[in-house]
Amino acid sequence: MEFSSPFPLIPWAVFIPLIGLGINLFFGRYLGEKGSGWLATLAAGLSFALSVWIAIALAANPVPLVATLAPWFSIGTFTVQWAFRIDTLSVLMMLVVTGVGTLIHVYSIGYMHDDVRHNGDPSRYPRFFVYLNLFIAAMLVLVTANNYLMLFVGWEGVGLCSYLLIGFWYEKGAEGLGNARAAKKAFLVNRIGDFGLLIALFLLFGAFGSLDFDTIFGHASQASQALVLAVTLFMLLAVTGKSAQLPLYVWLPDAMAGPTPVSALIHAATMVTAGVYLIARSQALFVAAPVAGQVTAWLGALTALFAATIALAQSDIKKVLAYSTISQLGFMVAAVGMGAVVAGMFHLATHAFFKALLFLGAGSVILGMERGHEAGHTEGHEDDFDPQDMRTMGGLFRRMPVTAGVYCVAALSLAGIVPLAGFFSKDEILAFAQQGNFAIFIVLAIAAFLTAFYITRQVAMVFFGVPRSEAASAATESNSLILVPLVILAALTLLGGEINLPGSVPLEHWLSHTLTQMNTVEFSLSVAAISTLIALVGIGAAWLMYSRKSLATAQARDPLDVNLHWLFLGMQHKWWVDEIYGFLVVKPYTWMSGALASYFDQGLIDGIVNGVGKINLWLASVWRKLQNGYVRSYALIFLTGVAAIILYVVFK
Amino acid sequence: MVPVTYYLALSAVLFVIGALGVVLRRNAIVIFMSLELMFNAANLLFIAFAAYYQNISGQIIVFFVMAVSATEVAVGLALLVAIFRAKQSIDVDQVSSLKG
Repeated sequence: MEFSSPFPLIPWAVFIPLIGLGINLFFGRYLGEKGSGWLATLAAGLSFALSVWIAIALAANPVPLVATLAPWFSIGTFTVQWAFRIDTLSVLMMLVVTGVGTLIHVYSIGYMHDDVRHNGDPSRYPRFFVYLNLFIAAMLVLVTANNYLMLFVGWEGVGLCSYLLIGFWYEKGAEGLGNARAAKKAFLVNRIGDFGLLIALFLLFGAFGSLDFDTIFGHASQASQALVLAVTLFMLLAVTGKSAQLPLYVWLPDAMAGPTPVSALIHAATMVTAGVYLIARSQALFVAAPVAGQVTAWLGALTALFAATIALAQSDIKKVLAYSTISQLGFMVAAVGMGAVVAGMFHLATHAFFKALLFLGAGSVILGMERGHEAGHTEGHEDDFDPQDMRTMGGLFRRMPVTAGVYCVAALSLAGIVPLAGFFSKDEILAFAQQGNFAIFIVLAIAAFLTAFYITRQVAMVFFGVPRSEAASAATESNSLILVPLVILAALTLLGGEINLPGSVPLEHWLSHTLTQMNTVEFSLSVAAISTLIALVGIGAAWLMYSRKSLATAQARDPLDVNLHWLFLGMQHKWWVDEIYGFLVVKPYTWMSGALASYFDQGLIDGIVNGVGKINLWLASVWRKLQNGYVRSYALIFLTGVAAIILYVVFK
Repeated sequence: MVPVTYYLALSAVLFVIGALGVVLRRNAIVIFMSLELMFNAANLLFIAFAAYYQNISGQIIVFFVMAVSATEVAVGLALLVAIFRAKQSIDVDQVSSLKG
């Protein structure tokens, strides 16, 4: 294979999406829907092609490579450059981001065509692709950064894109504000995490004098334990924000207000995995502070369990998937926290495939429901029809067979059934936990059971049984622009296990060139058997409960509600976490801002400024009396002044 | 010879009387007269020092001062006539429309 080296082209992976978004920004409205959509897809696709080429070239010589583009700034001895780091870890992320990203671009061309018509503003179509390309660019900056500051630029960039895309339909949502509120919530909660990352960066700079990865990781073992612990704990705060772990996960379910391709790309496959990438990249620091690793692992495991319980009782198709994402991210975070970076990254990749597939499939279902609704109600558009409510679905297997088929593949992968990708990656995490940290293994195993249960519940409610509404009985299959990416993702889900099959473990070898500590375990048949058993029990229990005629109407009580009423109520209300946050944090904060605004800003500060004005007016009214119009008093003043000067000169 | 200090004292007294006249009297013509008194006090001072230092410059300056004061009175009286035409009075306190 004679390739000229792709390495001089590395920055183009970021520039091509930027050029694409620039063209769409200025000329999108002249290009038409097909033009702007396919242009953006081409940009993402070229980035993917470049990533593949880089991967192949790197495979031949897997040494980490740093490509410096330009210096950024230099203050004293502190220099930061725009430098791209190409090593096996960053290339893995690049492939996932651009690969899944390109598929989602293709899907969006078809999906947004319907969505802009449903929401009544076809001219907004190009804007979506501008934001999507911006996201790809920012995410690539994040994963290829060679120093923490450039990583932070990408980190903030993806947060911005998340805000822009969640609030894409900014004037829609509950009370005309709902989407904007969700976007604001995502941005603000992420900001808390960003604060953590900034503090970590400040501490790193203080200790090492530089933010370059090589410098920091090279000297990580020489820094003080307390400092490294502080840095890693603050980074953990950032991870809880970006990757939606306890306690900062609350923005992700609200983020489902954005269009479905956004949920698939950003809130399932890529942006939320940035936290996992951060921990994987900072492995040297986490190794030097084992306490932080333990905290991370427990946080991930508890999040996995907590979110899985909430997913059990949700009735919105996307909310189930949102909580599922939080739960699976918990698995990933627990893995990298325990030190099993390979397992974590493996699950990151397989999760990207099947979760994106689940979300895109849900999008296809939603479109099908809307088509069914429009077919049945040609006279008007009822506002209380919710195409995302699973209680009104049912029997869609017959109406939308391709969607149902790929969705079931993804569901089985999520539940962890061999030989799908999800089985191998989840099993690796469970095996590592069982050998190192048995308590975490128990927690993750329970979460895995609940995962199998809730996803089977969803599949049964949506695709099987009888249609529970007119829309469901009139739903139609989506077109090929939507179905082809689904099928491709299904193929990746089926074959994805090959990435790190026990035995040949190609991913392990791939990542060994970058990671300093390879923590892996041998394939354990007992753990595999236990996890498969758990999954089958979960699937079986949910199937029995939900596919019988017990859910014949949209108003029928959920079988879980019948059996576990109080627990169900808690799970359905997301354990009232949003309400608790509202009471503990938001209310005191808004009270404080109100008080500061009225007493301090309007009262004191405006008082001081107005007071200065009033004093001026008063002084002026005093001086004004001097100008009484009488020439004689003016003359007297002259006289006094002259006398004063003369006295001064004489007696100086 | 009369000591210079006597001339200085006289000049000072004349000047102060003139200044007080300007400030305290309301009749415009009396103000002009007091003004002339102040000029003459200055003239006296010039002469005194010219004699004391035996320097003729002082006396030359007096000529200038007299010419200037004459001119100034001419202009001032013209102004006064204009004010009288407007206000029918030469009371300077009547000319206070610039009060504010």
